Amino acid sequence: MEPLIRVTNLRHRYDDGTQALDGVDFVLYPRETVALFGPNGSGKTTFLLHLVGLLEGEGGVEVCGLPLGKKNYSRIRQKVGILFQDSDDQLFMPTVFDDVAFGPLNLGLERKEVEHRVRQCLRLVQMEEAAARAPYHLSAGEKRRVALAGVLAMEPEILILDEPVTFLDPPGRAALLEILHKLPQAKIIVSHDIDLARELATRAVFLQHGRIAGAGSVEEMVVRFEWESRAVTR
Amino acid sequence: MHHVTLDTWSRLSSPLHRLDARAKIVAAAAILLSLVVTERSYAVLLPAYGVLITAAALVGRLPPAGLLARAALVLPFVGSVAALNLWGGDATRAASVVGKSFLSASTVLVLLGTTPLHALLRGLESLGAPRFFLMVAQFLYRYLFVLSEQAQHMLQARRCRAPLPHRGSLAGSAAGVVAVLFARSYGRAERIHQAMLARGFRGHFVLLAPTALGRRDFVFLAATAAALGSIHLLLWNL
Repeated sequence: MEPLIRVTNLRHRYDDGTQALDGVDFVLYPRETVALFGPNGSGKTTFLLHLVGLLEGEGGVEVCGLPLGKKNYSRIRQKVGILFQDSDDQLFMPTVFDDVAFGPLNLGLERKEVEHRVRQCLRLVQMEEAAARAPYHLSAGEKRRVALAGVLAMEPEILILDEPVTFLDPPGRAALLEILHKLPQAKIIVSHDIDLARELATRAVFLQHGRIAGAGSVEEMVVRFEWESRAVTR
Repeated sequence: MHHVTLDTWSRLSSPLHRLDARAKIVAAAAILLSLVVTERSYAVLLPAYGVLITAAALVGRLPPAGLLARAALVLPFVGSVAALNLWGGDATRAASVVGKSFLSASTVLVLLGTTPLHALLRGLESLGAPRFFLMVAQFLYRYLFVLSEQAQHMLQARRCRAPLPHRGSLAGSAAGVVAVLFARSYGRAERIHQAMLARGFRGHFVLLAPTALGRRDFVFLAATAAALGSIHLLLWNL
């Protein structure tokens, strides 16, 4: 089976000299969900941003057979949907409807198709009635679901979720998990929430000092890197 | 999170709220223009405008006391001009300056109180206002709430650690808050741009074309035109 994402020896150094990624190799196959663990500052978000060309480093990144580069950015960004850690960064349009429509309009779709996708995606995240509301009037959980609708409206093949349940209360977390369970896309989930990974991930990868320090099942990674106990004592 | 009053008003439900923003913008602009060109018989005409704007506020279900209080905010600014006119012995002109300013502010408040900002900006855009300017206004408004919330959190944190600050430390920490807010805003702007790029943004905003005005919008415009026409007819006969 051909992987959806293939990353080879990816390196990235920030302008201040920090080596955020130091030779990362990674593959993502269709229908799998990979949990990406790692301490704060280990390079997780930097890695994710490379997958949609928002950061450029050295090494190879291939998405759905397309090598990452300026000429493929728009096709790759249609195939890879990224849910950012802070929903306020992602919900910049004046209404929920406009925000979800932002991606489809950039794809050059017709009005009818845009409206259809917006309605469909808002229904999927159970936010159809909020279409006319302003994003700043929503709760954290609602914002996260609307942001997800905006990503899904691009009809991506791969979903990248950066700390998807951070700041959510238990009902908000449960509602988002229920939606994520239903989505057929391959997923990369960055989270410190081990229970979330246990519920969703088919395997896990541990990133440390900009390198993949280990890969295997969620339980293997948790035990090997003492992730649960370290998370408690930190 | 605190919301501004006009934002709360604009989410009410009334016949005026349901009108297309373009119709309301055109009507408000017509009232303002009509007010500007009214040059005499203020004692009769200004109350007539007052009745028109009050009727609009009532149809829009806006709280009269709140509306009057906010419109009165212009009075200190025009008061000095009115005082100069009074000093020069022209009491009629002084009254007109005050009356016109107050009525203009009320008109704008009725427009803002019955039209959500996004609809207002979209309406202005389809009436030919520069898109870049409107986008800046939209982003500013959208993130003003986020910034104000961050500022409130920082001030609360400061109060927790300095329950009785002296004047010098207050100024110092206020400067710190401003600096941190600036740095955070810069970081947020970068992240917003990344989020836009991730959803296919290529440097210009693509928006859905506005829908056509409905029958009730035309009825509203015709009623406004008739009311203004009646006022000017009254002026003609005075």
